[in-house]
Amino acid sequence: MSPSKAVLKERIIKQILTACAFSSLLFLFLIFAFILVEGLPLFYKVGVKNIVFGMKWAPTKGLFGIFPMIVSSFLVTFGALFIGAPLGLGCAIYLAEYAGRQQKLFLKPALELLAGIPSVVYGFLGVIYIVPFIRQFIGGSGFSLLATSIVLGIMILPTIISISYDALTSVPRSYREGALAMGSTQWQSTSRVVIPAAKSGILASCILGMGRAVGETMAVIMVAGNALKIPTDMLDPLRTLTSNIALELSYASGDHRMGLFSTGVVLLSIIMVLNYLANFVIRRTVIK
Amino acid sequence: MMLDCALKTEKLNLYYGAFHGLKDVDFCVYRNAITALIGPSGCGKSTLLRCFNRMNDLIDDVKVTGSIFVNDRPIDSIDIIELRKNIGMVFQRPNPFPFSVQDNLLYGLRVHGIPKRQHAEIVERCLKSVDLWDDLKDKRHTSAMNLSEEMKQRLCIARLLTVEPQIILLDEPCSALDPIATLRIEELMIELKKDYTILIVTHNMQQAARVSDHTGFMLLGDLIEFGDTSKIFTAPSDNRTDGYITGRFG
Ligand SMILES: Nc1ncnc2c1ncn2[C@@H]1O[C@H](COP(=O)(O)OP(=O)(O)OP(=O)(O)O)[C@@H](O)[C@H]1O
Ligand SMILES: [Mg+2]
Repeated sequence: MSPSKAVLKERIIKQILTACAFSSLLFLFLIFAFILVEGLPLFYKVGVKNIVFGMKWAPTKGLFGIFPMIVSSFLVTFGALFIGAPLGLGCAIYLAEYAGRQQKLFLKPALELLAGIPSVVYGFLGVIYIVPFIRQFIGGSGFSLLATSIVLGIMILPTIISISYDALTSVPRSYREGALAMGSTQWQSTSRVVIPAAKSGILASCILGMGRAVGETMAVIMVAGNALKIPTDMLDPLRTLTSNIALELSYASGDHRMGLFSTGVVLLSIIMVLNYLANFVIRRTVIK
Repeated sequence: MMLDCALKTEKLNLYYGAFHGLKDVDFCVYRNAITALIGPSGCGKSTLLRCFNRMNDLIDDVKVTGSIFVNDRPIDSIDIIELRKNIGMVFQRPNPFPFSVQDNLLYGLRVHGIPKRQHAEIVERCLKSVDLWDDLKDKRHTSAMNLSEEMKQRLCIARLLTVEPQIILLDEPCSALDPIATLRIEELMIELKKDYTILIVTHNMQQAARVSDHTGFMLLGDLIEFGDTSKIFTAPSDNRTDGYITGRFG
């Protein structure tokens, strides 16, 4: 007995959809494979320690130290978090707990727009406004850790806001009612019940925001100054892992090119750890 | 003992937008007694109950006319924080916060700035008054979310007792519980009556008959009949009440 036409069609559709779903896995695998194939050999040749903890990046002289860039990437990420997390959380809390229908009606599309603005535009505004402002009123050249942190802080807002907003709105209404019915103010109910109940989602939003900041390239190149040393001051220029790849890939060859892939390996590892952390934080509470 | 009203309404009307939810309700909740509100689904029992702690304020587009008195004071003249502290509420679904038992009980104390040195004593007293002390005294640092539904509901009652309300509103507090737990919560209510004024909304007529001293019967936003429970259940003066309690409709 052969299956009917409808059943056959159903099967084919299912297989196509399955293929679509697994293709994303395939792409992920390919990206990893390429980067590892290109980047790992240099780790053998030069040594993990000389790359990850090396202080000097001079690929033409056989020095592939990216430690300053690793540190710089982390510095801008935390700088961005320092600016973006309070602002983003404040916004998410306002939206979830305080905003009326009217305010939501224009704030939410505005946030989606913010997420959709290309990063080059952020970099451009950074160069035009933030960098000169810092140069004039605070000091240094303006291309700095501070400028980068501000630009990235704004860029990670949509991530932090949307994910922590979802976390806040998924807190059951009954908790809020319980808190208010006991004579809490709105802020007490928010800060003592709703936020603690949503804390894992909020934490995850910050971690994913960090992932976004670590990975951002274009805007960073435009405002960071790209100097090859560990910044010691908010006003020092710096170069991140992503900038290093983007700045040099167009002319690099041989070991130099491999060095950039090694940078990519380190970058990918950092992103993976952050994603894992975010998932871990979310899953832990779901199971609870 | 003189019967005076801890809660009273006069010509209370409430509108959800254009929907007329409460119609000229004159109602009274006597002090240190249990008053029950019964009536078919959607007749406005919860709406009336939530007027007394102004929980309807949380809903957009609600309009209230007429007067509500709490201890003979107009409700609008009372600070809403004080009001809600004085009138506790227990919800249909037990809603402990997702914290430890202890933190649930300390919530109200912290919010209302009650000195730390009194906390331990208050927590113990409140757990005892809902009969949870023996079960939970060693488990106060475990999550309240792992308790049974009955224990959760008891914990919620204990939680609001910590801030020493005078009046307790219960909105179908047993509807998520099994029959045995329901009976035990009823015993608890009778126990609490000594110290508190209680208003309970219930779907369960036997429950109203068992626990309450006074009963109000509502229908489509009207308070049809209000009086002693024994009278309402044996000799109602309105034949709609009679119809409802004998199960002919509702
Ligand atoms: N937020 C609201 N907006 C509009 N209408 C509402 C709202 N809340 C309740 N109502 C309406 O008011 C009427 C009374 O609702 P209420 O919840 O007080 O009924 P109830 O007697 O408690 O019913 P139940 O026994 O089902 O809990 C219902 O018809 C309901 O549809
Ligand atoms: Mg109800």
